[in-house]
Amino acid sequence: MTFDWQAAWEAVPPLLRGLVIALQAAAIGYVIALVLGLGFALSRRSHQRWVRLPVGFFVEFVRSTPLLVQLFFLFFVLPTVGIELSAMATGAIGLGVHYATYTSEVYRAGIDGVPTGQWEAAKALSLSRSRTWTRVVLPQAVPRVVPALGNYAIALFKDTPQLTVITIAEVLSVVKAVGAQNFQYLELITVAGLLYLITALLIAWPVRVLEHRYRREVA
Amino acid sequence: MTTELITFDRVDKRFADTVVLDDLSFTVRAGERVTLIGPSGSGKTTILRMLMTLTRPDSGTITLAGEPLFHERRGDTLVAAGERHLRTMRRHTTMVFQQYNLFPNMRVLRNVTEAPVHVLGLEKEEAEERARGLLDMVGLAGKLDAYPSQLSGGQQQRVAIARALAMRPDVLLLDEVTSALDPELAAEVLDVLRDVARTFDVTMLCVTHAMKFARDVSDRVLMFNEGRIIESAPPDELFDAPKQERTRQFLRSVIDES
Repeated sequence: MTFDWQAAWEAVPPLLRGLVIALQAAAIGYVIALVLGLGFALSRRSHQRWVRLPVGFFVEFVRSTPLLVQLFFLFFVLPTVGIELSAMATGAIGLGVHYATYTSEVYRAGIDGVPTGQWEAAKALSLSRSRTWTRVVLPQAVPRVVPALGNYAIALFKDTPQLTVITIAEVLSVVKAVGAQNFQYLELITVAGLLYLITALLIAWPVRVLEHRYRREVA
Repeated sequence: MTTELITFDRVDKRFADTVVLDDLSFTVRAGERVTLIGPSGSGKTTILRMLMTLTRPDSGTITLAGEPLFHERRGDTLVAAGERHLRTMRRHTTMVFQQYNLFPNMRVLRNVTEAPVHVLGLEKEEAEERARGLLDMVGLAGKLDAYPSQLSGGQQQRVAIARALAMRPDVLLLDEVTSALDPELAAEVLDVLRDVARTFDVTMLCVTHAMKFARDVSDRVLMFNEGRIIESAPPDELFDAPKQERTRQFLRSVIDES
């Protein structure tokens, strides 16, 4: 078996286009995961049982079922009840909601890591609950979980090939489409793998910087 | 005429099988400085935590400024207090903790102005002026822009005292505020508290093992043992001529330690 360098080089432009689409879905999905995950984490600490329990059930349910099944559900089942979304919106929401269940656990760990004394000091100063959250607890909880949240950015990006099942033309879809024409899967998959590796490293770099900075601060 | 600001009426508290407060009743007058002494686990800190609404009693009634603390009136009946009532009642009181509990994400000045601005509704400039005055009083006028992590334990505790006073509380609760400090830093903090006792018209409840400080600032000392007050007297009387053997024993052990 020989490696066709020419074919590999020619595969780069379409794969890069696929990568851009994958990054778009991943970026939107990640923002959803960050915001919704925080919402889940706060809701699971609510004093109101009618908030806490359904959110807890939803988070466990989503986390315990495969992303692929969730993507199928969003793409094929929702339209039957009148909710029609574009493939990109479906993919981004699917990734975002799925990863929100993980980021909510990260936020939870960060919030639990804020010493009880901070809550008590806020109470001793009669700070409102919302002020306590926004000015005391979250500013302390979030920085310490930034590295863990960053790791989920990489994991989420690496799950973008699953979007191929809902017709999004991301990298794996391009591999399949081009490979069906020229059968040079070795070159296509190799280039795709390299693109995933480089992108994941580029996402990981700022995460590592933040991790080191946080370690220095707490040292 | 002096009025009773704080009343504990037959208050009980247990943690699992341990009785922490046992049918406890006592009162504190407005402006009075009361020191709570006694062995660990005798319920002193629990009293402060109850007044700060951090811990609820199992039974009994606590009254603060004429209002029940953990109950509120609905028509003619008293019901368990909701968060709104507790928040209103908390305004009377602030607490300085053993571990300082400054907000590490805020600079010193903001630690002191945060609650006056957002709880008392002061203008930022007014709150900052008040904070500067208090931080000057505790000897930290030059540390306004420092973060708590850049301060020593004694400095942090002095900021915590300024932060508490900025709320102009009726009641200041001091929970072993020097226990985490070495003797030199503890002395600085106690000097500041002596100033506070002289300068501010505030009711003080203080849990401490610093007996000289207790003697200097207190109007009355309460000796606790197993969740009950076993002796209550002005400091000179209690320290010089304790009536109870348990008090004598406790004072001997504290003097031996120091």
